[in-house]
Amino acid sequence: MSSDTSRLGLYLLLAPIFLWLTVLIILPHVGLFIVSISEKVGPRDYDTGFANYAAFFTEPLYWRTFARTTIMSVLATVLTLILGFPIAYYIAKLTKGRAKTTLFLMCMIPFWVSELVRTFGWMILLRETGVFSNLLQYLGLVTGPVEMLYNDAAIMVGLVYTSILFMVVPLVTTLDSLDDSLIEAGYDLGGTNTSIMREIVIPHAMPGIVSGCIVVFMLSLGNYLTPILLGGKDSLWFTGMIYTQFITRFNWELGSAFGFLLLALSSLVVFLGLKVSGQSLSNTMGRS
Amino acid sequence: MIPTNPDLECRDLIKDFDTFRAVDHIRFDVPKGSFFSILGPSGCGKTTLLRMIAGFQTPSSGDLLIKGRSMIGVPPNKRPVSMVFQHLALFPTMNIGDNVGFGLRQRGVSRSEIKTRVSKVLERVGLPNVAERRVDQLSGGQKQRVAIARCMVLEPDVLLLDEPLGALDLKLREHMKVELKALQAAFDTTFVYITHDQSEALVMSDNIAVMNNGRFEQIGTPHDVYNAPETAFVAGFVGDANKITARVSSAKDGVLTLSADGESDIRVAAQNSGFHVGQLLQVYLRPEAIELLPNGAEADKASNVSHGIVDAVLFNGANSMVTVKAEGGVLWKVALPQTGGFSSLQKGDAIRTRWHPAQARCYQAAEG
Amino acid sequence: MNKSLLVSLIAIAALAAPMSQAETLRLLTWGGYAPEDVIAKFEAETGHTVEVTTSNNEEMIAKLRATNGGGFDLAQPSQDRISSAQEEFGIYKPIDMSRVNAELFIPSMLSATAGNTTYDGEVYGLPHVWGTSGLVVNTAEAGDVRDYTDLCDASVAGKVSYRLKRPTLIGFAYSMGLDPFAAYGDTEAYQDILDQVEAKLTECKPNVKTYWGGGDEIKNLLRSGEVIASMAWDTGGWQLNADNPDITFVAPEAGALGWIDTFVLPARGRADDAAYDWINFVMQPEIAAMITNTAGNFTAAVDGDAGVNADLKARYQGSFDQEAIDNIKWYPPVPAGLEAMEGSTLDRINAAN
Ligand SMILES: Nc1ncnc2c1ncn2[C@@H]1O[C@H](COP(=O)(O)OP(=O)(O)O)[C@@H](O)[C@H]1O
Ligand SMILES: [Mg+2]
Repeated sequence: MSSDTSRLGLYLLLAPIFLWLTVLIILPHVGLFIVSISEKVGPRDYDTGFANYAAFFTEPLYWRTFARTTIMSVLATVLTLILGFPIAYYIAKLTKGRAKTTLFLMCMIPFWVSELVRTFGWMILLRETGVFSNLLQYLGLVTGPVEMLYNDAAIMVGLVYTSILFMVVPLVTTLDSLDDSLIEAGYDLGGTNTSIMREIVIPHAMPGIVSGCIVVFMLSLGNYLTPILLGGKDSLWFTGMIYTQFITRFNWELGSAFGFLLLALSSLVVFLGLKVSGQSLSNTMGRS
Repeated sequence: MIPTNPDLECRDLIKDFDTFRAVDHIRFDVPKGSFFSILGPSGCGKTTLLRMIAGFQTPSSGDLLIKGRSMIGVPPNKRPVSMVFQHLALFPTMNIGDNVGFGLRQRGVSRSEIKTRVSKVLERVGLPNVAERRVDQLSGGQKQRVAIARCMVLEPDVLLLDEPLGALDLKLREHMKVELKALQAAFDTTFVYITHDQSEALVMSDNIAVMNNGRFEQIGTPHDVYNAPETAFVAGFVGDANKITARVSSAKDGVLTLSADGESDIRVAAQNSGFHVGQLLQVYLRPEAIELLPNGAEADKASNVSHGIVDAVLFNGANSMVTVKAEGGVLWKVALPQTGGFSSLQKGDAIRTRWHPAQARCYQAAEG
Repeated sequence: MNKSLLVSLIAIAALAAPMSQAETLRLLTWGGYAPEDVIAKFEAETGHTVEVTTSNNEEMIAKLRATNGGGFDLAQPSQDRISSAQEEFGIYKPIDMSRVNAELFIPSMLSATAGNTTYDGEVYGLPHVWGTSGLVVNTAEAGDVRDYTDLCDASVAGKVSYRLKRPTLIGFAYSMGLDPFAAYGDTEAYQDILDQVEAKLTECKPNVKTYWGGGDEIKNLLRSGEVIASMAWDTGGWQLNADNPDITFVAPEAGALGWIDTFVLPARGRADDAAYDWINFVMQPEIAAMITNTAGNFTAAVDGDAGVNADLKARYQGSFDQEAIDNIKWYPPVPAGLEAMEGSTLDRINAAN
């Protein structure tokens, strides 16, 4: 009797979560999937089939765009990690109290404005008539104006800048939980900076590294504004392609198929990443 | 006898934090192969002192020598000392074998040799065949021994231990005390052990330094520290003691007569103490120095004898006590021998106590 | 009790009666087509309220498609995008000409738009604002740029920008001596034209600084001097001309591309009364002039140019002589399916290095 009521209570508690999952996640995906398996044969006339998925693999442009997006995202993730780790280590281990909070907040400042504004900020810095170009000319390092915008490097800068917080936060959390005495024990036993980093700090921070990397990778892969605005004529990005299919081509069928492929392929990349790093998803997400 | 260099020497070590002096003019030697304890209440600067020896903190002034070589400016990973941390600091991401082999790996010892040396040291601490286990698969006492093995495999000149038994439960702590001492003897390495627990220090040490407010109050053998405390602090901190404040009313033939409010006068032996009449003294008296007199026993003239009422019987096996309320209202803690005829003692019983003047220790008290 | 209920019901009905005519008009349009002062005047005159959402052709159609023609009461896509969208998605409803004050419209434009937006015997669009796209050039630095293909000239290398959208394909095709509009109905011929244009635009890519996306972006690039020759809308050129006399709109030799933005009724719009009221309101000459002054483009309203400010007229005349006006290539309706072909071409150009 009492177990029945408690079970009812449990269901009631879980109901919003199920509702949320169904209404906001599962249903739209089912709808999207149905759209993705309709092949257009004429105006208002559709067949069912996988031609849209086939198009991805047969048209080199599509899968090359995806490959390019993936490689750039992986690179952005690696760069974010390389840049974010020392920042996180500094915040977590070398500062205390007020300084720590201040630094942490400083990492968040860019996120107080919208992504669009942030990206425009970079455009103002990098463009030919922008701050950096003028500074270099003023310092006499270059003779004419230099264009730093509209290339892959600019996209990379934008992506790293946009995602650095999502790397630093999980890293700070895991590094914070690393007992200082472990590091001291490492030194005490004759360890050097590098060996302690390699054998003690990084293994401990691994869950944070992996979850940070997953988030940054997904964010980069799904980024739309940054590649378009900073990449200019080289802005080819898979999400941009999906947007184009949906909005300018009116081709929802192909766009939906692309959406599903993005989901599947990015999951595959994450899965491979976890395998390579020897981490499990529950481990990373659960601990950090 | 050939004078050998002590393994560890501290010369006037001082450590200042901002406005606060945590370690104040510490000087001591630790002879080779001995077990040296630093005993003091929490916050007195023990850890700070130990961390200076390990190299994690730089002394504000003074010198520190290991095997005759100054350690000032030598980083912790270059010092021939190893430290067992308060919470052991075993690396949770490595198995036991890798934990113990960590130091050897840093020295570039070959893989196969690491393996043999690790299994050898694990055997010596009584833990063969645990090399493959994870840290969280060991019990508290086993972790303790692994932490020691991890240091000892490097054959350090001095092993530093920062309250390593603090986290263990009482039973295990009692057991580990004995074991630690045995391990120290087996490895024949100099141990510097810090603790706030006097019984740990008394049981294991060859020498004890009692520390208070950043200073050493006394250095000596456990016997000296317990039986001949040089300062009031040591007398109060090491072991149990009855403490009374009384004024000198007369001094004759090395025996002082003291009087406290409402109490009968007491006599204490104080040869060459320099105390004079009118001075306020603190008298420390161990519970086991007080004898309960069986009914009808003869009271001798030389001892202090007083009448009292049993206030409480605190049974604790060999450490049982009674508190006796003296006529003036002072409560005396008295050891209750389990062998004598006092097993029937009850609250409210009238009883006589006796102690010899030579058993008490007197120190000058601040006039209040 | 019953009596008082009756009284209050009557009171409610009496209050509600005049309100039933006042509606909320949800207008999906371009920036500048519904200026604040026009809205204020309209609301004061009719009692309706207006909610404006600004957008562009593709997003308008995408939004209406997503809701099956709901969510808005009046939309303003270009006339060439109406019949194909109606054929594919059925997102509009026919115009009831009896409710439109036809005298306000320039007759030739009204009938041309009606012809272009007819599907299945019904008319779906009314003309509103028209304009062209062509070249916006900094004449001091790139005076030689007179046609679309001149953007690929070495003299302007790295200082060129255009959109990666269908007008660029069409403009380049004309400039290359081809006639894309004539090939609209012939898939093979059109593909052939697209292939030639693709080759040209791929070859031209190194000349391009960036493909612009929004009007503000290209104006910014031209104003800063980072771009000196571009393909853009006439109004953008005229706006820049006001700040920098060197920059202006140039009608290309191959012909400017003419577009007409329309009024259409979304299939599931709820406030048709307000929609017709708005159409008849904004087509009045003085209101049309107000819109021209903010949007920068002329309207299909009779005498709508009378109240337009003199500067704008002068700039218009500076860009278009009679010959250039006659040479404007007006977009015919886009047949369904054409955009998919163009899309692949644009994707390949985008991916080329
Ligand atoms: N890094 C530090 N900065 C300032 N004060 C400190 C620091 N480390 C320790 N102290 C202070 O020094 C005193 C001694 O600390 P510690 O050596 O840890 O004592 P113990 O180990 O004997 O408990 C304490 O009052 C402590 O607050
Ligand atoms: Mg301590």
